[in-house]
Amino acid sequence: MFSLKQNCWFIRKVVVWSAVSSIAWSVLLLPVTAAVFVLLSRFSLFHPIQWISECTSLLTASSSIFSLVVLCGVVLITGLFNLEFYTLVPSIPCSRMALLGTVLHPRQCVHSLVYCTMGMLVMWCASVTIGGRYSTLGIPCRGSGFNNCIPVVTCLNEYHLFLLLAGAFMGYSHSFLGVVQNMYYVSFQPIQQYKYPRFKGCLPMVVKCSVIQSLYSARNFAALYLFFGYAPKTWISSTLHLQIDSSLQPLDSLTGLLEFSLLYHLTISGTFLYFTWYLTVLLFRIYVTEAYSFPVQSTFTEDAEQCLPKVLAETNTLVMKFFALQDLALLSQHSLSRRLEVFSLSQPGGHPHNWNAISRECLSLLSELTQRLVAHQDAVASNGIKPLQRDALTAPFTPDVDSPFSSPAIRRLVGQQEPLSPWFGTVQSPHIMRRGPKLWSASTGETARLKLTFTLSLNHGFSLSKMFSSNVQLPEASSQALFADSQVHIWALQGLSHLVAASFSEDQFGVVQTTLPNILSCLVVLLEAVDRHFKLPHASSKPVRAVCRMGDSTYKTLRFALRAALKTAIYKITTTFGEHLNAVNISTEHRKRLQQFLEFKE
Amino acid sequence: MFPSPVHIYTDGSDAEDHVSSAFVIRHQKKRNIHHQTQLSLAANAIILAGVVCVWLQPCDLPSPQFTRDTLKGHSRPESSSRSAFLDQRDTLWMRSAGAWRDAGLYGLLDEITNSAEEVPRFLAVGSACVLALLRWASSFHGSLFPHLTLSSDEMVAEFSQMLDWSDSALRSFAWHPHTDKFAVALLDDSIRIYKSNSSATPTLKHRCQRSVCALQWKPLCGSALAVACQSCLLIWHVDPTSLSTRPSSGCAQVLSHPGHSPITSIAWSPTGSLLVSASPVDTGMMVWDVAAESAVPLQRVGGGGVTYLSWSPDGSRLLAATPSALFRVWETRMWTCERWPCLKGSCQSACWSPDGGCLLLSMQGERVIYALTFSDLTGGSKAASVVADLSETSFPGPDGDLTVGGEVCSLSWDPRGERLAVLLKGDSQAVNHPSVIAVFKTRSSPVFELLPCGFVMGEAGAEPRFMQFHPHFQHGALLTVCWSDGRISHVPFYFSSAGLLGGDSPQQALASNTADHSSNKLYTEQIS
Repeated sequence: MFSLKQNCWFIRKVVVWSAVSSIAWSVLLLPVTAAVFVLLSRFSLFHPIQWISECTSLLTASSSIFSLVVLCGVVLITGLFNLEFYTLVPSIPCSRMALLGTVLHPRQCVHSLVYCTMGMLVMWCASVTIGGRYSTLGIPCRGSGFNNCIPVVTCLNEYHLFLLLAGAFMGYSHSFLGVVQNMYYVSFQPIQQYKYPRFKGCLPMVVKCSVIQSLYSARNFAALYLFFGYAPKTWISSTLHLQIDSSLQPLDSLTGLLEFSLLYHLTISGTFLYFTWYLTVLLFRIYVTEAYSFPVQSTFTEDAEQCLPKVLAETNTLVMKFFALQDLALLSQHSLSRRLEVFSLSQPGGHPHNWNAISRECLSLLSELTQRLVAHQDAVASNGIKPLQRDALTAPFTPDVDSPFSSPAIRRLVGQQEPLSPWFGTVQSPHIMRRGPKLWSASTGETARLKLTFTLSLNHGFSLSKMFSSNVQLPEASSQALFADSQVHIWALQGLSHLVAASFSEDQFGVVQTTLPNILSCLVVLLEAVDRHFKLPHASSKPVRAVCRMGDSTYKTLRFALRAALKTAIYKITTTFGEHLNAVNISTEHRKRLQQFLEFKE
Repeated sequence: MFPSPVHIYTDGSDAEDHVSSAFVIRHQKKRNIHHQTQLSLAANAIILAGVVCVWLQPCDLPSPQFTRDTLKGHSRPESSSRSAFLDQRDTLWMRSAGAWRDAGLYGLLDEITNSAEEVPRFLAVGSACVLALLRWASSFHGSLFPHLTLSSDEMVAEFSQMLDWSDSALRSFAWHPHTDKFAVALLDDSIRIYKSNSSATPTLKHRCQRSVCALQWKPLCGSALAVACQSCLLIWHVDPTSLSTRPSSGCAQVLSHPGHSPITSIAWSPTGSLLVSASPVDTGMMVWDVAAESAVPLQRVGGGGVTYLSWSPDGSRLLAATPSALFRVWETRMWTCERWPCLKGSCQSACWSPDGGCLLLSMQGERVIYALTFSDLTGGSKAASVVADLSETSFPGPDGDLTVGGEVCSLSWDPRGERLAVLLKGDSQAVNHPSVIAVFKTRSSPVFELLPCGFVMGEAGAEPRFMQFHPHFQHGALLTVCWSDGRISHVPFYFSSAGLLGGDSPQQALASNTADHSSNKLYTEQIS
């Protein structure tokens, strides 16, 4: 299943190693979080000394060492899942059915199952740590006997079962929300920071998120247990031949649930559970998004594959392309010496190979985006006349190339070029979107019935009932999907514009001048396409800002970021060159548009 | 002719002499006189170039005036209007709920303590104890950082770059970095945009736009204006081609972050890609990606908040001043900071040289200007040096003796790096000691030089409150000043660039002396 054997040097040398170090750090941080959890779970206000001594003895006990080993295993698996499933281009389901399909996808089911198991494991460790009435599944109790002869039998400890089931529930909801909120989407920060300050800055957010998520999960689980708790209880007691102690208050009743210490322990354990997972995700994100510096040119031919111009032209490894463009954007702004290498000529022959390769690659990226936008506009205009390439209904059961769970291996299996995948995935999105209502208009009665079945709200802000609401399409999703990988375009724009602006004073041989007309017309054409796109319905509406979520929702605003970056890029070039632009050979319409920029009227 | 009610002693050889004698750095009087001859010669050369264009290029920039009477301030907060109504006794529950809603936990505890006869005794005593404990804790915290005890409005008034903010009809001012237009924030929480050659003045109003403390136009953009408000950050997109005088509030983006208000300072990166905002109550500053509406908090312990931000023109460094005697200089590549503790008060105002290599600072309550140099090769200076001592000096003015000098309230450096304007606080009690703007000629290469040049004073009774140089004035430098009588005026300085003129640079640095100010040094420690 795991496709760690990548033949690309970049994944082998950089991505895997950063993932390994992030996992190592999460494992190293585990004892600390476990100690904090122990302190909080055994907290007693009126016996501080007893509390501290109990905690220290517990921390050094062999049982807690065993729990720690189990937890390490959980963290390891979480880390491997992160490495396997992470994605730089989020999958954006364009209709509610597509979203449902993703949730019910077999791969996602396996993922949920693994997370349920891990949740139960963590909760088992937590219940052992809390001790007391939570520690074991079976407890001795008095059975119903005659007269003086009371046999001691093993009864089901409902508190233990409650925590285990809560773990499974939280594991499932983590996995479920992972899809809905694109948990495995890794976005890049607008600024560069060292790893430790960034970790320190993000830590409060992670704590807050895990507390809030744990509170929501505890509430939802308590409600679920209140109504359906009887089923697992009887099943467990019958399969394990454990009796149910009728003298105790059953937990699937209001009075049993509304007990402060039970809810406190549930929340604390849930927070611990989520915190372990979120911390692993956070560390992975921090390590994997650390900027990598590629050499611009190398004196040795064997290193030529690792140089920026070659790496930029690489089409098979999407990750490497992302990092190469990020590096280009950084060098164009911060590094004079590397800029000079870009503008330099090749030693025998005197060709500007570096600049040619870099500018060609950036321009092809941007014109590809232009084509994509134009195709989308045409599709919207013709309103789904073309046949569907992939039916929304069959999607869940065919390998979903755009899902966050599609490994590079799967993509290769499907035989699809990766950089094309977002393009491929999104071009039919308008058709799905447009066809959606037609496909489902006949079955409104059915959806109403389904709506009744699925009214249980699984989490705040998201419920299955919404999924089956009368309108099947998700607003603005197609627009989001169109710009899903626009981070590369933003970097390409930044890199190009800063390099061109720097060339005004730094380019000794005039290598940039030859491509300047191409660059300018490419930018103007893209600007026109983007302007037209924002005139479409839903394209310019802002998404609701997420309150506190671990899932990254930057992709929702990427189209606005792209528009701003594009205008800034054109302004950067026009303000640097000023009136000299009149000498550049471009068409009259483009010159008119650029004149607007020169007069600051955009 | 310029619509300026301003007496300018500028760039004339007579004035030059006066100014020089006024700003002698006192313990070096002899040396200064020695340099006098060279100074005047250099000045004359510059004036010759300047005088030519004075009459050729009339200024058509709008200079509006706003008075307090025409602008109605926003209504008073609700709590103060309570006295106008009759007191009516509600039930305890109602009053507690009201107190909780109006004033939070404090209000609730206060209400319970005050109505001791209606509640059980233990509750009243308990709430009194908790209240006392809370007050003690907050006063302890407040004694560490006194500004935290201020109300939101007072805090904005305290840390705004506009002097006497609460009393002023003008709240903030900003030139567009590329075109001839500027934005003014007014007492009534509206913002007006003035353009040259255009009578249309769009007025921006928004529900969230309260107590505007700072304005800044986005660089490399024709339309975006960032506004620092009491509760949030607003980004207006004012279409420059639109003729609308009242853009709808739909043109504004609202950016907010819990715990990050009031915002007292904002700074766009010179490339226009990032916006940094600061609040005196938040120890972290926010780095916004405005289009994506996402923020990265940059938190550092110490200082109690961030009051003033200034991005160096080359974009490589960012100054962040705190309310306590500490400021930080961030480098913007990896966002690490240098920590600069000061001996005395907090940093009041600062400006960067155009190449980003030199930072001039003024401290609260001090009458000197400090300079810090930065360099990527050598790492820059390890301690700030005093470059000018601006203590009171009297010199003969047109109507009798004038006393000039005092606390340095504001600094502004023109984009070519040739004129430095310094706002000196006067003494309102004394007769001939007004607030004035002192203008210096500056040069940063081969060595940093600061030569006295002239004063800018307002009409009788008008004091300068805020000043900013026009970012791209063709013929020299153009200083825009906001006056206490609500007038905005433009003061041009016509000169040719010293670099073009050549040959007039005296080799000796006149005012950049550091030797005798070792007691005023600031110390730095590198923090990764």
